[in-house]
Amino acid sequence: MSNAVVHADAHGHAHAAHHPALQHHFDTMAQQKEAVVVGMWVFLLTEILFFGGLFAAYMIYRMWYFDAFAEASRSLDISWGALNTAVLIGSSLTMAMGVRSAQTNKRIATVNWLILTMVLGSVFLGVKVIEYADKFEHHHVPGYNFQWASAHPSTSLGAGEAPAAGAEHAAPAAEGAAAAEGGPSTAGHRQLALNAEQLQLTTQIYFSLYFTMTGLHALHMIIGIGIMCVITWMSWKGKFDDHYYTPVEMAGLYWHFVDIVWIFLFPLLYLVERHV
Amino acid sequence: MLDKLKIPERHYLNNGHGLASWLLTKDHKRIAIMYLISISVMFFLGGLFAVGIRLELATPQGDFVQADTYNKFFTMHGIIMVFFFLIPSIPAVLGNFLIPPMIGAKDLAFPRINLLSLYLLWFGAIFATVAMVSGGVDTGWTFYTPYSTTGSNSHVVPMALGIFIAGFSSILTGLNFIVTIHRMRAPGMTWFRLPLFVWAHYATSLIQVLGTPVVAITIVMVGVERALGFGIFDPARGGDPVLFQHLFWFYSHPAVYIMILPALGVMSELISTFSRKTIFGYSFVAFSSLAIAVFGFIVWAHHMFVAGISTYAAMVFSFLSFSVAIPSAVKVFNWTATLYKGAISFETPMLYAYGFMGLFAIGGLTGLFLATLGLDIHLHDTYFVVSHFHYIMVGGAIMGYMGGLHFWWPKMTGRMYSEFFSRISAILVFVGFNLTFFPQFVVGYLGMPRRYHSYPDEFQVLNVMSSAGASVLGLGYFLPVITCCGR
Repeated sequence: MSNAVVHADAHGHAHAAHHPALQHHFDTMAQQKEAVVVGMWVFLLTEILFFGGLFAAYMIYRMWYFDAFAEASRSLDISWGALNTAVLIGSSLTMAMGVRSAQTNKRIATVNWLILTMVLGSVFLGVKVIEYADKFEHHHVPGYNFQWASAHPSTSLGAGEAPAAGAEHAAPAAEGAAAAEGGPSTAGHRQLALNAEQLQLTTQIYFSLYFTMTGLHALHMIIGIGIMCVITWMSWKGKFDDHYYTPVEMAGLYWHFVDIVWIFLFPLLYLVERHV
Repeated sequence: MLDKLKIPERHYLNNGHGLASWLLTKDHKRIAIMYLISISVMFFLGGLFAVGIRLELATPQGDFVQADTYNKFFTMHGIIMVFFFLIPSIPAVLGNFLIPPMIGAKDLAFPRINLLSLYLLWFGAIFATVAMVSGGVDTGWTFYTPYSTTGSNSHVVPMALGIFIAGFSSILTGLNFIVTIHRMRAPGMTWFRLPLFVWAHYATSLIQVLGTPVVAITIVMVGVERALGFGIFDPARGGDPVLFQHLFWFYSHPAVYIMILPALGVMSELISTFSRKTIFGYSFVAFSSLAIAVFGFIVWAHHMFVAGISTYAAMVFSFLSFSVAIPSAVKVFNWTATLYKGAISFETPMLYAYGFMGLFAIGGLTGLFLATLGLDIHLHDTYFVVSHFHYIMVGGAIMGYMGGLHFWWPKMTGRMYSEFFSRISAILVFVGFNLTFFPQFVVGYLGMPRRYHSYPDEFQVLNVMSSAGASVLGLGYFLPVITCCGR
């Protein structure tokens, strides 16, 4: 009922007030668009606060467990992270191009740009799967099988000889190993103030936050790709024109927001204190 | 005099009678009515658990239920009342119904999102019910870690999920109101011509939008910690349970203002209507709503004075907590000035308004006790606290809700309530409320801790008074249902 079409114009060049997409409770297309834009920005504000709780937790634990965070962040593969950053910034570009095409009545171009954006988003998620698989392999997933051997499991403590569950029992042995590990493999790095048991505990916090933050980000990407499927379909069906392209624009805002979150996550998780 | 109201031939209540015409509606008025029914059910459920609590506390021994069951009773009472009744109550029912006509809009800005937020509340309630019937939750409504993540053997994860989902309902309602108030006002309806009810909802919506996401992510962290064994809040793994309390209260203190601010808005309307005067100091009342919303965000750590925060932090938060009294007092003084030399009539909504002012004053003043650092160490987690927040959240929010519901009942339904019985119920609520919760101030001050299912014998008199008051209060709440259905 509330979506009652006011006046469907066959030419698709309807006067703004009679556009088929105008909902009954708005007076003009401009008012409708303003409402949607304000709503979207308020929503993005809630999203910032949603991630904000995690960033606050990250900040606190990074101050407390500085060494553990530096140590753990070195175990992430910076090249995958860099690749993903590039992919995501590229997808923001293609998304912006898609919005521009929608604004200028280029239907096929819009569809193509949106599909390209989805492909790039999927590449990002694919890389994330590879990275997550690596974490599973090295027992870096927090929980009952978490093991922290060293920053570079291949160089010193093999994953196989790393302490099993129950850090207390394994602590003395691992401590010695960690002390030895402080030598060649991490040459030039600051001496760690933590022993193996403390590292086992506190790197787990790092990975808890790593998985919650990147997991939530990935969930947002999956939702974004879902939204874009709908937008692409609507675009293909010719629902948008230069008077009405708000959904494309809003999907774009959402996508840019998700990108910006990653722009913060990448340095915080991958680059932080790598040189220490 | 109001028995015969003129209503149009075809209106929102008879515009389609099938279930689908209601469940798929995008009409803000129908959605408001569905909210009214839903939260009334939740109020009843939460009330049942309250009955269980008061029955257990009628005797000093734990003889009605076991300690474990009692823990589940007060947890379910708290969760249902806070997340599924108090937070949606005035905004979702009265706000949904009244904001568009008050600002001259045809509907809220996003009717479909409005319906979605109702569905989300239902989904949240379903998850909460699943958690409840599959064994209940015994963590207290605050879900303090590490008990909720590692200690408790109850169904925390479905309950957390239910609250997470219900939180999105609250966010979307707030978002809808903000956009509607910003972009849908009729020509000439400037900001300072808005009814104070709308101002109060604007301030409330800001809190819903800015606070709720933080508790949502906190609940996510509790969920992953419990389900997957992450260690963010577990001290045994280097995590910090106090961090949970910071994040939780960053929302849950402002959440109190989500409950009380709309009631303050209702009050401004009721008092000016039934004293037949324009409100005294309109812009002060409007801005005090915003001030309460802003102050609400910077006082959360007064819940944690004994949780191990630094003395300086505690002092700052103590000072800031006192400052919330300023905008609250601005409102009360302006209402008093409005009443002064007014032609006051004592119809039901006004009785609720008077009751509100009394209870809000008591609740607010005892809040100053609790904001005082030294005194809080004595009163922390006693029945004094329980009584204080019931005076504000129940005495304040529900009195405002009931008053508003009676005031706008004829507009919402086209029928008048029974003035006689409604006045009786308003008086019963006020008397019952004070009888229930005032003894709890005393018993709390004497040292009875909250959340215990048994207590020393000397507290029995006060507890029996409280339980007796609860039955009067229950009757007072139930009477309007009978009189409305009976007509």
